Amino acid sequence: MDDLKAKYLAQISDASDEAALEDIRIAALGKKGEISLQMRELGKMTPEERQVAGPALNALKDEVNSALIAKKAGLADAALNERLKTEWLDVTLPGRGRAAGTIHPISQVTQEVSAIFADLGFSVAEGPQIEDDWHNFDALNIPSHHPARGEMDTFYMHRDEGDNRPPHVLRTHTSPVQIRSMLEKGAPLRIICPGRVYRADYDQTHTPMFHQVEGLAIDTDISMANLKWVLEEFVKAFFEVDGVELRFRASHFPFTEPSAEVDIRCSWDNGQLKVGEGDDWLEILGSGMVHPKVLEAGGIDPAKWQGFAFGMGIDRIAMLKYGIPDLRAFFDSDLRWLRNYGFSALDQPDLASGLSR
Amino acid sequence: MKFTLSWLKDHLETDASVDEIAYALTDLGLEVEGIENPSARLAGFTIGHVTSAEKHPDADKLRVCQVETDEGPLQIICGAPNAREGINVVVAKPGVYVPGIDTTIGVGKIRGVESYGMMCSEREMELSDEHDGIIELPSGEVGERFVDWLAEHDPAKVDTVIEIAITPNRPDALGVRGIARDLAARGLGTLKARDVAPIEANFKSPIGVSIDKDTTDGCPVFFGRLVKGVKNGPSPAWLQDVLKAIGLRPINFLVDVTNFFTYDRNRPLHVFDADKVKGNLRVYRAKGDERLTALDDKEYGLQPGMMLIGDDTGPESIAGIMGGAASGCNEDTVNVFVESAFWDPIEIAHTGRKLKINSDARYRFERGVDPEFSPIGLDHAVRMIMDHAGGEASEMVVAGEIPDHSRAYKLDTDRVQSLVGMEIPAKTQRATLEALGFTLKGDMAQVPSWRPDVQGEADLVEEVARIASLTKLEGKPLTRTNSGVPKPILTPMQQREQTLRRTIAALGYNECVTYSFIDAAAAALFGNEGDATQLENPISSEMSHMRPALLPGLLQAAARNQARGFADMALFEVGPAFHGGEPGEQHLLASGLLVGHTGPKDVHGARRAVDIYDVKADAEAALAAMGAPAKVQIMRGAADWWHPGRHGMMCLGPKKVLAVFGEIHPKVLKAMDVKGPAMGFTLWPAEVPFPKAKSAARPALHLRDLQAVERDFAFVVDADVEALTLVNAAAGSDKALIEDVRVFDEFIGGALGEGKKSLAITVRLQPTEKTLTDEEIEALAAKVIEKVTKATGGTLRG
Repeated sequence: MDDLKAKYLAQISDASDEAALEDIRIAALGKKGEISLQMRELGKMTPEERQVAGPALNALKDEVNSALIAKKAGLADAALNERLKTEWLDVTLPGRGRAAGTIHPISQVTQEVSAIFADLGFSVAEGPQIEDDWHNFDALNIPSHHPARGEMDTFYMHRDEGDNRPPHVLRTHTSPVQIRSMLEKGAPLRIICPGRVYRADYDQTHTPMFHQVEGLAIDTDISMANLKWVLEEFVKAFFEVDGVELRFRASHFPFTEPSAEVDIRCSWDNGQLKVGEGDDWLEILGSGMVHPKVLEAGGIDPAKWQGFAFGMGIDRIAMLKYGIPDLRAFFDSDLRWLRNYGFSALDQPDLASGLSR
Repeated sequence: MKFTLSWLKDHLETDASVDEIAYALTDLGLEVEGIENPSARLAGFTIGHVTSAEKHPDADKLRVCQVETDEGPLQIICGAPNAREGINVVVAKPGVYVPGIDTTIGVGKIRGVESYGMMCSEREMELSDEHDGIIELPSGEVGERFVDWLAEHDPAKVDTVIEIAITPNRPDALGVRGIARDLAARGLGTLKARDVAPIEANFKSPIGVSIDKDTTDGCPVFFGRLVKGVKNGPSPAWLQDVLKAIGLRPINFLVDVTNFFTYDRNRPLHVFDADKVKGNLRVYRAKGDERLTALDDKEYGLQPGMMLIGDDTGPESIAGIMGGAASGCNEDTVNVFVESAFWDPIEIAHTGRKLKINSDARYRFERGVDPEFSPIGLDHAVRMIMDHAGGEASEMVVAGEIPDHSRAYKLDTDRVQSLVGMEIPAKTQRATLEALGFTLKGDMAQVPSWRPDVQGEADLVEEVARIASLTKLEGKPLTRTNSGVPKPILTPMQQREQTLRRTIAALGYNECVTYSFIDAAAAALFGNEGDATQLENPISSEMSHMRPALLPGLLQAAARNQARGFADMALFEVGPAFHGGEPGEQHLLASGLLVGHTGPKDVHGARRAVDIYDVKADAEAALAAMGAPAKVQIMRGAADWWHPGRHGMMCLGPKKVLAVFGEIHPKVLKAMDVKGPAMGFTLWPAEVPFPKAKSAARPALHLRDLQAVERDFAFVVDADVEALTLVNAAAGSDKALIEDVRVFDEFIGGALGEGKKSLAITVRLQPTEKTLTDEEIEALAAKVIEKVTKATGGTLRG
């Protein structure tokens, strides 16, 4: 029996393909195979003989079977390996392209600003961009002869012959939204008003359209000191710095009193702004306590309510934060610019994960 | 507004340094825009003494000088004719920058002889145009800094010039005295008295003044004096120096006096050559046919109602804005009539704007000068004229009355603290106002005549806060409106806009922000009619109309990018479009534009030209992101900037268009210089209905255990049969069982013949209760075929 075992195991080991293996299986374990035939002989044996030969034959059968299975798996592996060798691909070829879109810096920064002020309880108010004279000027304490009107480079809308109303304007600031919000919602009120504004000016640093965000907070006890805190917190959150120093300089706006221009301490390093350090001051916004006449125009009693307002350029703070040099390029839609300065669609700014990546 | 330090010190007794003054000015709201300090520029120049001057061996006009300096004797070659032994000179040693020749001095050889510096002329140091020779100083020690010598002997030459920005509410700071008053209130010194001695008048002015009745509102008061027998000519050096320092050109003494008081006291004056005035002066309103050549030598046509000053021959001056050339003063003027009037700011502003004259007088009158100071300013000027040019003054001519400007407001010191959020003691508040010229009676503050801007209590708060310094303000936390987790603040529409923007970007589009205005031709191409959205004063003809749609801006952007060599692009914008010229006639749109191919050439052959099915899928994805119903009707017949056969409107009913997608009309592309074809979509976010009941819960998920079965069918139909008709017919054959019908193949022409096409669909059956038998499936298939052939007139493809 040992001979038998040795013979088949040797044959199996030498088999070169599955067909040869099958032949061996039939020769050994097939119906008429050598081992099968011997097993058939067991019936003719005495019980004593059978007790010895039975287990031995079974063991032989199992052993040959296992060897066959193992060899078969080995052969299959070898065949697969052979095939895979032929299936080489150039993995350095580029993958299939997928277009990546971008979000414009103005949209991104508007969302950043909204996220910060949302945390302080400010909601976002919007309004018409073609405005009437009253909402854009008079309600904001800028009467028709006020020099500020001339300084604002206002765009006027066409008036038909016979229509004697003062011409509508393209809003020169988002302040008319403050008036509309006051009239609609009353006090107390906390809003920011982001959006497009227009001034007839075009040069290296001015475009006839740009973006502003204004803020307005009205309550019974809001002071200019609160305004300073809010702006400090905003600047820290927006520029993502721990400390920042703001300087309030007395100034004049018709719609606030007292008024202040606000500078931040900064330094310039190779044209890149660093906020919160250095010896330079950078003017970033105008602000003040809402003028009683403006509150009145908004239907709010200035004897009972008071509050602050501020306004800054979205494009401007985007340029400062992200190091974008030229305002005019914001509106040119140059693909190279959009791809370089744009943001990923999934890059949603929020306070939990931080505003910028 | 420019002034010099010494001019300021004429009004302000102070020891403060330039830096302290500059800091205070900016902090007070008089923002310093620039400081020019000549002594800094000249700091390197020192005084030397020429001990010998020999002729240069190789040049007739050059001298080899030995000059004693703070660094010992130096040899300097000099070409000036006055370079000689024994004089005190100004020396620039090697390393010193000489501004007038824009050169830093080095050691050099001139015609073979070494020179260790330079002796300078006034022009070389930009002190004057004097260049006839080097400076000879009458005094000075060797080694002394030249600027120190100048400060002692000729201070005007090293006077610091400060330029500040003036906000429109501060006309008083358009005079040096007003600036000094602010600084004194801040505690930087004390205001000097600068009163004028009374004018002794011995005769009546032969020139009288009258104001027409209909003009007294524009010119409430007019003062004048005639000074006879003056000797006009160039101004004294000090006056020329201060005018030059602030960038004004000295003209002649009489004119310079008016310019001086314009800046010194914010008191514009006018001088008439009395001998050129015929008869009396009259203030009146123009009829509209008057013409006048003003002092700028330009001729102006007056419009009806504009105020003039005229004599018997006609107009002589555009009131409050600019005098006339004919009656102006020149060097030969002997008798001068000085005018000091008060003009209504609003009228001056309107007239100035219409005539486009920007003069110092207009600038000041339209912001508001001090009416009370009108006669006093007149006497200051007359006094200065008589002191320097002699002559005798007439009695004062007066027409009209100084307008009553008196008003008082309550100073509520508690309210000041509550508004500013700073502790400012009541005593300090009162003292501040008094220092600024307010008079306090109880808690009522009487406003000084030079502060037309102060019109209410809030203005008092501003004055107090400004002088107290807002820089000192310390931030105080703003209390939160609710103590818990901040609530979301965006409206559903704002959320939708944000989602839409990010969805479209995620689909591979680059977001653009294009101008809200476009040119008339582009506006017309996109449906603009009439003038309602036209700008009255566009900045250029490319920006003349408010955009009726976003696509024109994107198409122009595409054209610009094509010109830069980019052929493939996906651009989008989310923003307002304008359907009228009234406030609120704007609507939010989102538009996308695909031009060129899906991507660059690649090894996978995936690149293909973009087509309408790209924009259709993108529009569908964007609509889905906004929560639009999954099933929309597709209709044709959108606006004519779309390809008539290649666009579809996605609608909920015939009137409710949520989106349009399609190919842009080739004519539009041609007109806008875009190499096409180009595919676009436009979405109307506000048209997509919001869910009625807001609940975060999702519809329950019903999973079927039974396997779905799919069957394919191909139909031959007329080429103009729309796939949706076929799909809807198939789906309608058993709404319970058929889960989905998809078109998976379209084949046109070939063996099918002209005008025919084959559409192949997969119908997916989802049994709900038991597995379908072959018979049931066959029965359903027959029903699908019947419904489709009935609906489309087609046949099952054999």
